[in-house]
Amino acid sequence: MEFLQGILGNEIGLVVWTLLKIIAIVAPMMIAVAYLTYAERKVIGYMQIRIGPNRVGPLGLLQPLADGIKLLMKEIILPAESSKGLFLLAPVLAIGPALAAWAVIPFTDKLVLANINASLLYILALSSIGVYGIIVAGWAGNSKYSFLGAMRSAAQIVSYELAMGFALVGVLMVSSSLNLVDIVNSQAQGRAGGSIFSWNWLPLFPLFIVYLISGVAETNRAPFDVAEGESEIVAGFHVEYSGMAFAVFFLAEYANMILVSALTSLLFLGGWLSPFPASWGPLGAGGFFWLAAKMAFVLFCFLWFRATFPRYRYDQIMRLGWKVFIPVTLVWILVLGAWMMTPLSLWK
Amino acid sequence: MDITTVIFYILSAVLLFAAVRVVTAKNPVHAVLYLVLAFFTSAGHWLLLQSEFLAITLVLVYVGAVMVLFLFVVMMLDINVEKLREGFWRNLPVAATVALIMAFEMVLILTNQHTGLGEFKAAAPLAADASNVKVLGRLLYTTYLLPFELAAVVLLLAMVAAIGLTMRSRKDTKVVDPADQVKIRRNDRVRIVKMQAEKNVEAADAAESGEQQA
Repeated sequence: MEFLQGILGNEIGLVVWTLLKIIAIVAPMMIAVAYLTYAERKVIGYMQIRIGPNRVGPLGLLQPLADGIKLLMKEIILPAESSKGLFLLAPVLAIGPALAAWAVIPFTDKLVLANINASLLYILALSSIGVYGIIVAGWAGNSKYSFLGAMRSAAQIVSYELAMGFALVGVLMVSSSLNLVDIVNSQAQGRAGGSIFSWNWLPLFPLFIVYLISGVAETNRAPFDVAEGESEIVAGFHVEYSGMAFAVFFLAEYANMILVSALTSLLFLGGWLSPFPASWGPLGAGGFFWLAAKMAFVLFCFLWFRATFPRYRYDQIMRLGWKVFIPVTLVWILVLGAWMMTPLSLWK
Repeated sequence: MDITTVIFYILSAVLLFAAVRVVTAKNPVHAVLYLVLAFFTSAGHWLLLQSEFLAITLVLVYVGAVMVLFLFVVMMLDINVEKLREGFWRNLPVAATVALIMAFEMVLILTNQHTGLGEFKAAAPLAADASNVKVLGRLLYTTYLLPFELAAVVLLLAMVAAIGLTMRSRKDTKVVDPADQVKIRRNDRVRIVKMQAEKNVEAADAAESGEQQA
């Protein structure tokens, strides 16, 4: 950084340095997204007793590249009756927040692009903007099916955001910070300090489950994928999209999945902390490896859910969000508040 | 001119443009989206004033929740813009007078020496690790506890009232109770009938030939 500031002057040097860091986060993200689609097809393939993609490259490893090239080559069709500007803006609105949220995600306690105080709030705010991409896409396409998909998805995302927000309230109560680095560090402390039992998933177990399921619902993944609902409304909000414009929605969905898995690992599964005691040498030391392993586990759960559960009916989704999750989180926050005031508190 | 000032002018230009377009856009959906842009830019202004909590909350509450519901409603309306514009010239004098009075009042307040708003000082720079959230939380739950709780109660009341006004139990609704559905056992729905798997062949033949003759 000093080198760049020496050449380009203080402020421009800082901007260039930050841009380089952004590229260092976004480029691996895109590769991760591509290979998540591959992993999804492989995992679901094996769960359905078939082997998934296996023709392009060894073990089918080049399949995501082939898919990418195919989508790039295809024509982007603009429907005649669509609202052109918004039609093209919608994919950008979908992927922008999904990528911008990564600015505050810490990879280890030192490695973070912007270590801001209110990082959890920032993430909540950005993930709530993501819904615009879907709504605008559904409306701009000027098709009944895409509009229905957008309406469903908007209602679903707004409902589950509440449960998700309440689950996060519990996390920030016990770690008394909105900063993601502090939240992870505080999970190494407490009564059962430094072991897998001091991580937030155990004392906040109901909130953990609510957060995980709301995360699936927020990303519009099966079994909550009524926004797409192939059997009822063809492909939902992106029914009018083709080629790269469609691919951007696809990218946004998978980037959001990775984001939710990263957040679940950071907030509830101890982030980069190692599950082993510190006396075990290299295995006991925390690091990016552990965060990646936890994210991979959560992502595997996402794929597993998709292969296992049939799609929810729309009214059941709404009932689960409003009548089950929100009361559960409210009660657990109350229990947590009382628990923290007693001598039995784990977080002193 | 330092970089903060440059950012301020860029944000202000975008904000003014978006605000004007909210009023002039022909399509209501476009107008709502411009309003979203306006909120977003004013959140940027708040960030420049070092109040990150307010900025993020503005995005979270207004952009993320309120405007989504707004958009939801506006998209479902079939608004005839021509009809809305019919009375434009007739109402223009009244609207212009109101706007002028409002602008005059604003100028009066902003330039008055007694209010002191004319020479509004820039906020003192805060330490890099100063947390807006912590200070706000402490103030809300100590000094301003009662007003804060009062506001919460008023909001709750408004919510209950809104739900109470719109909720009616329809007779023809096909809503199902999941608890009832889960309680159903096989015997409630299906009756297993035991019957003979084989027929007596001779008797069946006799019946068949009887049918043919008749």
